[in-house]
Amino acid sequence: MARMKFLCDAERCIECNGCVTACKNEHELPWGVNRRRVVTINDGVPGEKSISVSCMHCSDAPCMAVCPTDCFYKTEEGVVLHNKDACIGCGYCFFACPFGAPQFPNGPAAFGARGKMDKCTFCSGGPEENGSKEEFEKYGRNRISEGKLPACAEMCATKALLAGDAPVISDIFRDRALRRGKAGDAAWGWTTAYGKPEQGAPAPAAKEGAK
Amino acid sequence: MKKALFLMFTAGIGLTACGEYSQVASYKPGSYQGKSDTRPWEGGKFAGDKAAWEAALASRNQNQNEYKKAN
Repeated sequence: MARMKFLCDAERCIECNGCVTACKNEHELPWGVNRRRVVTINDGVPGEKSISVSCMHCSDAPCMAVCPTDCFYKTEEGVVLHNKDACIGCGYCFFACPFGAPQFPNGPAAFGARGKMDKCTFCSGGPEENGSKEEFEKYGRNRISEGKLPACAEMCATKALLAGDAPVISDIFRDRALRRGKAGDAAWGWTTAYGKPEQGAPAPAAKEGAK
Repeated sequence: MKKALFLMFTAGIGLTACGEYSQVASYKPGSYQGKSDTRPWEGGKFAGDKAAWEAALASRNQNQNEYKKAN
């Protein structure tokens, strides 16, 4: 089994926030904790791009390096997880993370009052028995041990968000990018959706006139 | 004799701060000390059958490729 990764296709993401909702629902996350968010660049401007961001399960994770209680560990599948029993809520991981993945249930409170850090687990729980009540309460549902992929990716309507074995999802993305060609009106599915004639083809009015 | 003792004592006290120690902290990567986690295929639905778990996950991986479904 290779490394588990997320891959978000900015050409497909429609900013529906389905992944965010799926995650919150799956793990019954408290108010204020968002393990996943959708970030939009140039919001409102034609050509805006959105991507879904959460813990990216870094190969060399900075959160693991800065944690004073060493509560992080990495599974055989390359998923970065943490032990909430050892977390002291210092927030170092939040400052170290380039994606803003670590979340605190009590928000930006004083040290000691933030609560234990919560982050995306790639739907693979934490250091408790697989599928147990304790695991669900602390880390959320363990879909990986059920042979399923993370809820966000499986719920994505446009399949912009891919999750799973890095080589497999990279192949899917590469295949997709080759087939769709360019972005914008040359993208796969554009003519089906908007009916724009291809370059050099006769206009619809001309076709009707010919009949 | 008294003067020599005084000088030795003063030099001893005065030079104690002259030791040279590195002022740069050296960071060492910590190792996880917490509880061990069970692997995904252990217990529950797959009951230790790693091959079945990998097959289930591989199938889900491929389900994300809609070109294989539609075309």
